Amino acid sequence: MSANLSAIFYLISGILFILALRGLSSPETSRQGNYFGIAGMTIAIVVTFLSVGNFSVGFIYILFFLLIGGSLGAFIAFRIPMTAMPELVAGFHSLVGLAAVFVAISAFLRPEAFNLGVVGDIKLASLIEMSIGAAVGAITFSGSVIAFLKLQGLMSGAPITFKGQHILNLLIGISIFILVYLLCNFQISEYFWILITVSFILGFLLIIPIGGADMPVVISMLNSYSGWAAAGIGFTLENSALIITGALVGSSGAILSYIMCKGMNRSFFNVILGGWGATADSSSENATREKKPVKNGNADDAAFLMKNASSVIIVPGYGMAVAQAQHALREMVDALKKNGVKVSYAIHPVAGRMPGHMNVLLAEANVPYDEVFELEEINNDFANCDVAYVIGANDVTNPVAKSDPQSPIYGMPILDVEKSKSVLFVKRSLSPGYAGIDNDLFYRDNTLMLFADAKKMTEEIIKGL
Amino acid sequence: MEIDPFIFRLSIFILSIFVGYYVVWSVTPSLHTPLMSVTNAISSVIIVGAIIAALAGSDDKIFETSSIFGFLAIILAAVNIFGGFLVTQRMLQMYKKKKK
Repeated sequence: MSANLSAIFYLISGILFILALRGLSSPETSRQGNYFGIAGMTIAIVVTFLSVGNFSVGFIYILFFLLIGGSLGAFIAFRIPMTAMPELVAGFHSLVGLAAVFVAISAFLRPEAFNLGVVGDIKLASLIEMSIGAAVGAITFSGSVIAFLKLQGLMSGAPITFKGQHILNLLIGISIFILVYLLCNFQISEYFWILITVSFILGFLLIIPIGGADMPVVISMLNSYSGWAAAGIGFTLENSALIITGALVGSSGAILSYIMCKGMNRSFFNVILGGWGATADSSSENATREKKPVKNGNADDAAFLMKNASSVIIVPGYGMAVAQAQHALREMVDALKKNGVKVSYAIHPVAGRMPGHMNVLLAEANVPYDEVFELEEINNDFANCDVAYVIGANDVTNPVAKSDPQSPIYGMPILDVEKSKSVLFVKRSLSPGYAGIDNDLFYRDNTLMLFADAKKMTEEIIKGL
Repeated sequence: MEIDPFIFRLSIFILSIFVGYYVVWSVTPSLHTPLMSVTNAISSVIIVGAIIAALAGSDDKIFETSSIFGFLAIILAAVNIFGGFLVTQRMLQMYKKKKK
């Protein structure tokens, strides 16, 4: 296959990838979009085989390895519980990053295969592109591994900080640029290996200071990095499918990080530069010391309140995912609907551990997506609703974000749960949420605390309905 | 004077960033998780580089350092391609409208 013809096909597969993302603008077109993506991938792979044109023993091995990787991927995709999507995505990012590093290494070791020159005399532009691709890929890999370990609970979600951390990261960042410069000037392979090693270390150091609830930002950011790594390799290989995809994924991840940061009213740098919990210590101590009265309720009270309500808004959060309460929740809502209660769901942008996490969990429990609303869409409805059922969410409902400029979450957009006639707050204890701040909502007159596991409480309420 | 092909690739790259920007803003927030898993899958198109690398070895010596890295990258990318598209499909199947 001629180079021009294959370039056209790569362009087509790039366009199919654009359509794949475009399909996600609504759930109806999304499934079709995914098929576009699969088609684009198939075209890219087949065209690559045809343009290399080598169908000897190596080809058989490639099919064999494709099959191994593919069945492993398929196995994971079918087995993974929906609550574990953040871990899965972080894990997949690390694979993209590592694959980028490997491709860059083999291009460096055998530049002739890619038309990039010969060992020791690689074209300057290609060398810059492959070292950028390798460095970003390595950062993506080690960063995603840390994110995966934190999400999976194999590593504490608490931020790990030490003195001089930012300066160290800055120095490593600068050294990466110096190494690329040296590599381009002298073409000594040692620089390339040091570059990759140092990038692995940087990825690791960048993610350890970031706390568990900032994971939505981290995952989106790593998503973006994996895109830029792919684009870097795309430039090296002069492949437009890879360049287009890299740009798409890179900007997609960047936009998601921006949305997540806005959902927490924090700047991107604020998140990247480290732990939230650390700054919130003093205020949380003061708040928990005052023993304020709390109204304590049980499942029967909750069932009674909701049965007699005309509208109920459900506010799910990460706690619902941990307790796997989404199915019980949907049964409760079904029972309420039978009683003629109008029910909708309100989702905060940073609920859960990744963008859109709650929506997937509710979809898994067969909640129709047109009953689920985003913050802007539903926030005005709280004032007219009888009961807000907060299950596993905390900080995103804290009215302090609107009233106390001293609070670390001040300015964060929150769900106006406190405006509803009564609030049912399912929680295991009065302990503060991730941000380490006490939730003012617990002590309001219209709040009834339901101290229990989210799933158990919801199941008991169903019995009472 | 002739234009360096690099400039053309750079143009594709920058235009794609803009396309990506507008396309991603139009993605409904409720589908942000599938968005991440599908971008994950498509970024594994890096497999084309892995295939070229893996086929670079000669027939009597298929496994040499550079092609081994190619084969490893193929496995990693394949996990991602199949895993990414299938898990996206699985999620999207669950998004249903209210039964009328």
